[in-house]
Amino acid sequence: MPEFFTNVVDSVVTYWFSLPGTVQYLGTTLFKILILTVGVILCVAFSTYFERKVIGSMQSRVGPNRVGPLGLLQPFADVFKLLFKEVIVPSQSSKFIFIIAPLLSLTPALAAWAVIPMNNWFVIADINAGLLYVLALTSVGVYGVILAGWATNSKYALLGAMRSAAQIVAYEIAMGFALVGVLMAAGSLNIGDIVNAQAGGVSQWFLLPLFPLFVVYWIAGVAETNRAPFDVAEGESEIVAGFHVEYSGVAFALFFLAEYANMILISTLTAVFFLGGWASPFEGWTFLNDISWLAWLTSGGLHWLFIKMCVFMYTFFWLRATFPRYRYDQIMRLGWKVFIPVTIVWIAVEGVMVWFQVGPWAGMGG
Amino acid sequence: MNQVISYIKTFALWELLKGLSVTQRNWFRKSITLEYPEEKTPQSPRFRGLHALRRYPNGEERCIACKLCEAVCPALAITIESNVSDDGTRRTSRYDIDLFKCIYCGFCEEACPVDAIVETRIHEYHMEAPGENIMTKDKLLAIGEKYDAMISADKAADAKYR
Repeated sequence: MPEFFTNVVDSVVTYWFSLPGTVQYLGTTLFKILILTVGVILCVAFSTYFERKVIGSMQSRVGPNRVGPLGLLQPFADVFKLLFKEVIVPSQSSKFIFIIAPLLSLTPALAAWAVIPMNNWFVIADINAGLLYVLALTSVGVYGVILAGWATNSKYALLGAMRSAAQIVAYEIAMGFALVGVLMAAGSLNIGDIVNAQAGGVSQWFLLPLFPLFVVYWIAGVAETNRAPFDVAEGESEIVAGFHVEYSGVAFALFFLAEYANMILISTLTAVFFLGGWASPFEGWTFLNDISWLAWLTSGGLHWLFIKMCVFMYTFFWLRATFPRYRYDQIMRLGWKVFIPVTIVWIAVEGVMVWFQVGPWAGMGG
Repeated sequence: MNQVISYIKTFALWELLKGLSVTQRNWFRKSITLEYPEEKTPQSPRFRGLHALRRYPNGEERCIACKLCEAVCPALAITIESNVSDDGTRRTSRYDIDLFKCIYCGFCEEACPVDAIVETRIHEYHMEAPGENIMTKDKLLAIGEKYDAMISADKAADAKYR
């Protein structure tokens, strides 16, 4: 029997290496995409669980604890419930757009992961304009929301879609300017290079020299994902559920998935741009290497990216548990009249500081 | 000067951080949730749940069909018809409480001169078919017999305040 297995494995391996190079490349890339997508979707599943747990404990409740040990199977129960529910398509809607809108909002949320380096070798597409690609895809995500609101043919959905569109346009600019600061500091649009520019411990992270940009990027990211306190696109107390009022079953699940995938994406991007991505904060603390079970602290890798991502996800939930929803005109004011001037001023400050090589800005600019 | 301070506070997100610290402190606090079917909150002996009709220890019905409960009931949930029983006493021939109308105010219990109608601690009950919301005399008496020990204990615990 073992002989049979080794034969099978051998023949598979020889078959694999007999394939042309392009097919091998395609195969490995597809495999990477599969791993990443499954990983992101699992993260989404458990972030819904942790969201409910975190908000629960902030409100002195316990959160889900009935399905499985500690309620850990709750997300799967929710998913199965949604899968078995009927997808109701309103008779007055444009059916085709109604059906593809959730896909249009989910696809960019997942596709943006292609350029994010997980550690020093795992990245699906190591492209030079990675940062532009990320900006483009996070903006494309709004089409799903707008089309959903339009296709539903309901006043609430349309209002939600309009709000979401205006909000994303406003905050996209502040976000872009914040990233201009990052690429000035890193001297590259390649996300791998941006992470490498921050190697060497906390002092090298862009967090400190670009602190205002970090704050703006993070708040704009929260607004971009339509999360509380900027969740006017859903605004259940004003416009029922916003753009997804009429969505049910799997179609709703896709919107849900897209929203959480976007949250995880924004968390990861903030970690990558300002907190050194997969780099370890304890780099250079050689005494930690002597203790064998602490060695993972000094080495960079996926675990550090994951920890940083979790911190930002927690902040998402924390913000949601704390703040009431912004008034709509205040959101617009914050986006246009506060964030854009702040980012522009700080880009100028950064330029001057880098030029004269002052303090933590010394040595920046690639 | 004040305006400068308020500008600095705004840009330092001071108020927001204060709010965040409140929720964060709550996060560390123990949750006050009772896991309901396993854990229950303490109940008072005066708890007003499902109704019951009581009997005297010798088995005689307490209710004398005075209709005070029917009169006092603010939701008009009680319907009583009376008759002369075989032993010549005045008894109810019909004693219905509509649980859908009842607001569990406990006035019937207070109005009753012979402690016949009482509200028990039973609060976990349900109806499966239309019509089950009407508690007939038989059902009320059956509850009174089944939970006699509990009802008597509650009455005794509350007696000194009445």
